[in-house]
Amino acid sequence: MSFLNLVEGPLFSFAAAVFLFGALWRLIGIIRIGRKKDISPPKASAAAGFIRGNLRHFIPRGIFAKRTMVHIVGGYGFHLGLFVLVFFGAYHIDFLNERILGFSWTAMPRWAFLITSAIAFAGLIMLWVRRISDPVMRLISNKDDHIGSWLTFLVMLSGCFAMEQAHDSLRATHMLLVDIWLVYFPFSRLMHGFTFILSRGNSGATYGRKGIDL
Amino acid sequence: MSTTTEIAVEKFLQHTDSEAASFFEACVHCGQCAEACHFHLATGDPRQTPINKLRPMERAYKRDKAPFSTLKKMLGLAPKPVTEAELKEWEELVYDSCNMCGRCTLACPMGIDIAGTIRKMREGYAAAGLVPEGLKSAAEYVKKTTSPMGVTIKALKAQIAHQEKATGIKIEVDKKGADYMCTFSSMEIMGYPEVLGAYAKLFKRAGLSWTISSVAYEATNVGVQIGSAPMAKEILERVVDAAEALEVKHVISPECGHAYGAIRWAGPNLMGRQFNFEVVHIIEVLDKLRREGKIPAGKKDSRRMTLHDPCQIIRRGGLLKEPRKLLDESCDDFVEMKGAGLTNFCCGGGGGVSANPRAEELKTKAFSLKAEQLNGVENLEAVVVPCGNCRSVFEDGLDAYEMDLEIIGLSELVAETLAEPDEKQG
Repeated sequence: MSFLNLVEGPLFSFAAAVFLFGALWRLIGIIRIGRKKDISPPKASAAAGFIRGNLRHFIPRGIFAKRTMVHIVGGYGFHLGLFVLVFFGAYHIDFLNERILGFSWTAMPRWAFLITSAIAFAGLIMLWVRRISDPVMRLISNKDDHIGSWLTFLVMLSGCFAMEQAHDSLRATHMLLVDIWLVYFPFSRLMHGFTFILSRGNSGATYGRKGIDL
Repeated sequence: MSTTTEIAVEKFLQHTDSEAASFFEACVHCGQCAEACHFHLATGDPRQTPINKLRPMERAYKRDKAPFSTLKKMLGLAPKPVTEAELKEWEELVYDSCNMCGRCTLACPMGIDIAGTIRKMREGYAAAGLVPEGLKSAAEYVKKTTSPMGVTIKALKAQIAHQEKATGIKIEVDKKGADYMCTFSSMEIMGYPEVLGAYAKLFKRAGLSWTISSVAYEATNVGVQIGSAPMAKEILERVVDAAEALEVKHVISPECGHAYGAIRWAGPNLMGRQFNFEVVHIIEVLDKLRREGKIPAGKKDSRRMTLHDPCQIIRRGGLLKEPRKLLDESCDDFVEMKGAGLTNFCCGGGGGVSANPRAEELKTKAFSLKAEQLNGVENLEAVVVPCGNCRSVFEDGLDAYEMDLEIIGLSELVAETLAEPDEKQG
């Protein structure tokens, strides 16, 4: 078995399983801690607040925008860029079709892939530069934040190198890093990709039952 | 681990429910909360970043309660245990520089309720006895007199007598079967007793049956500020028992921010049961009476006024529109300050900070942002502050920044601009 076959085959399956079961374990673990039922008479629906809280926090509030512009631009650029690259990049669609899903959809053109990559890279770099340069960020950041950023950066960078599919070793490097990223995900802060739903939802529900549109 | 640390950590873990856990698990250390916090904005100190204030509690959770914590401990990857030195270092951040105002939640992309979690974290600090002296003294006063400022029933009755004389309206104490029982903050009773007269005038006009309890007149709940659920429950019990003994249908929470949250939202949860009466905020009552035409607006106040949004009434209490409707009908020239409403700045003295002399300098610094907001309104003559505590912070703050501005309570303004019985409505 070639190294490429290993990282795309058994190692990928293992990493995907760790990702899925690890993330599920962590989410269930958080929910299972439980909380006391709020018995104060509600003014409005907590469930509606949960949903509203999740949607509302996608849109930054104008009053904070000026002071948090770097984070807003970097954050949106990186996250949206990464999402589009993963799910609309031609090679990713082929991989998902052949290995996991068994169906495909229209990929974005190569020029769009390049532009999106540039946006995602710029966003990630902006976020990381802010992390190491801003005194607040330096104080609150830890190893996990840096490992998560660097690992994601390396996955993206190796993906760019592998784009031409000219060398198996480049594609294998990309897949190896993807496997590592998938294994690291459930044990790290990268989990915010799932836990944000609980966090926003819980605050939304608490405020929502008071009749506040958070 | 010292006993103090053990007690604090045990409480941290006990109060880290799935809600707090979801916050610790979702935080990406983006630092946006710092940009919303008046303590950070006023000082520029990174330590004042709201999420940083939760660090000992987060550490305890990640070490001993979080999913995978056992595995991480076995691999030596778990965070280090919280130490007593750290707890002491953080005490100032937890009590002096957090008003639990919740502004940071609005800026947080994960929607983390840092204010609510600070409240839970204070449970650990209170249980371990790591509480500022000012708050300890307030708690002692509460034990002796029911009031954090030591206001006795004798003092209240004297204020009632003054107001009865000023308004010519009888204020009944311990009237069984009244529809409404009013509570007040000590600050109102001693600093702004006109509010008693305002209630008397407004309720007489509305034909409301109301009373004040001689044993449960105090609305302030220092237990909530300190972060002690047992103390908060004990204080609350007094009000609940009195209201149920007097068989009132409603208890009115006064123009005091945290008192409203303490009885309306935390109250039933602290007591473990729902009450036999409804808790309403005075602003809700006045708004309802106004809509029903029972307290019609008369000649409006002609001064240029703005409204301060007390965080526990507006942002964390849900009464955003009601004070604005009342103010619009009572004032000719009502203007909003920049950032008004849900995102308004706290006065800097909430959450027990104003009862903590150690935090005085920090509180004044934080008020600079409020002063800036007020200075941003041209030709401003008065500010309506519907919270007794905020009002006292405003008095100190305006004095510190040499600003000449009148401070008015909302109930007083509504009472002053009430239409005379034969007056054409405004």
